[in-house]
Amino acid sequence: MTKEQKKFLKKQKIYKRLILITQVSLFIFLILIWQILSDKNIINSFITSSPRNIIKTLITLYKENNLFFHIYTTLKETLISFTLTTIISLIISILLYHYNFLSKVVEPYLIILGSMPKVALGPIIIIWIGANIKGIITMAILISIIVSIQSIYNGFIQTDKLKIKLLQTFKASKKKILLNVVIPSNKETIINTLKINISMCLIGVIMGEFLTSKAGIGYLILYGSQIFNLNLVMTGIFILLILSVILYYLLILFTKEKH
Amino acid sequence: MNTTNKILSVKHLSKIYNTLEGETNCLSDISFEVNEGDFITIIGPSGCGKSTILNIIAGLENKYQGNVNFTSNCEIGYMLQEHSLFDWLTVEENALLGLKIKKQLTKENINYVISLLKKYNLYEFKNSYPKNLSGGMKQRLALIRTLAFKPRILLLDEPFSALDYQSRLSVSDDVYKIIKNENKTAIMVSHDIAESISMSNKIIVLSKRPATIKNIHNINLSINKGPIENRKAKEFSTYYDQLWKEIDKND
Ligand SMILES: Nc1ncnc2c1ncn2[C@@H]1O[C@H](COP(=O)(O)OP(=O)(O)O)[C@@H](O)[C@H]1O
Ligand SMILES: [Mg+2]
Repeated sequence: MTKEQKKFLKKQKIYKRLILITQVSLFIFLILIWQILSDKNIINSFITSSPRNIIKTLITLYKENNLFFHIYTTLKETLISFTLTTIISLIISILLYHYNFLSKVVEPYLIILGSMPKVALGPIIIIWIGANIKGIITMAILISIIVSIQSIYNGFIQTDKLKIKLLQTFKASKKKILLNVVIPSNKETIINTLKINISMCLIGVIMGEFLTSKAGIGYLILYGSQIFNLNLVMTGIFILLILSVILYYLLILFTKEKH
Repeated sequence: MNTTNKILSVKHLSKIYNTLEGETNCLSDISFEVNEGDFITIIGPSGCGKSTILNIIAGLENKYQGNVNFTSNCEIGYMLQEHSLFDWLTVEENALLGLKIKKQLTKENINYVISLLKKYNLYEFKNSYPKNLSGGMKQRLALIRTLAFKPRILLLDEPFSALDYQSRLSVSDDVYKIIKNENKTAIMVSHDIAESISMSNKIIVLSKRPATIKNIHNINLSINKGPIENRKAKEFSTYYDQLWKEIDKND
């Protein structure tokens, strides 16, 4: 490596580190400001809560053996709906890809369902499915699945025609074309859809928990607001933040290229 | 090598595409014969129906008038316009793709592919991915993938069109030598006159759409050392002028 190149790389490294340091300091700064403003009663910590109160609430929840129970509930509901969404939307996309007639018939329905605010169906879901975990999971699946189908299916039909033709020159069946070209060349699309699905499912689960539940982060937030305990509300939001980041990075970790 | 065994005959081939936009009259009464060991180039203006002819020969297109007869049961290898390598498969997996799809991954076939990879300098890259190969190597790999199941006839659809001029020359030289080395019969589509003369022993000139055969030239060059050297033959420019006058220009 030449001297110039070394210098350049070093500069880049410093630059990257600078960005990270700034990001972390900004976070700490905002937290501190929040704490200081509420300590000095410039903002009303009864309404805004404060970092210290959030930590206190977390500790209380932990001591009452509630913290991980609520996290576990929400996590379980999210993972179940995420898994179901992924499997169902993959299967439906494959069917739509395979049966052109079906996809043409279904197209307007997908568009209508996709553009409709699914939250509005909440009360009906609760009546039909029940005010329980099944209702919450249904809610989450409903919120995430249409977009999921649309993006996977769109990826499928945009598969490189020449690659498909190549397999046809090998006399490949439609199934083989699907398995050897369509799905592998859409790996990127599918992974990106999974990333969207995991956050959509979390949104759906929280919605569901708002509507009906006795446990979970959504319940915590709703309950907090009902008894006007803003510390609990903020703590719930804080946990949710951490949870969504962790889920997102876990997904990236699992789907990372091996080579 | 002067066998004149007929291997394929195409008789009175016509093709009309029906689409919502209307009918495209694509081919009209195309007839020609292919002998074992031939290197035939089909040349004509773009959009005249050259790829369609190859698709019909390869059996990818079933709706047409006329006859395509093979004198014996023979495998066909089809090399498409772009190399279409799968970037998620390694070099070796790409080379074996056709065999895998056709369920012919026998030990003998695998060994044959490995010998091809070795012979044409790709073996040391067998575990890398296509993105790490040069344009010429990609083209050789695509050709090996096509050769893997030992087809007697090779169809090549503008195999060099994605390459720049310099690599085009050297890759066409590579591909030509591999085809001759492995004793294959080839039908290539091109729109490059010089390339056609330098590679083939027969050139079929098509008119613009609906394609008819304007002329079939037998090419006999005094030099026979591959596409690059062949261009130095004294007859080259005569053939070139002849073909240039004959070919319809898209204007
Ligand atoms: N599947 C198809 N459906 C309808 N028209 C087609 C189809 N394939 C090719 N064509 C039309 O037939 C004509 C010849 O196409 P092609 O054989 O690809 O030409 P070339 O290879 O000589 O450029 C073009 O006008 C093209 O638009
Ligand atoms: Mg073409």
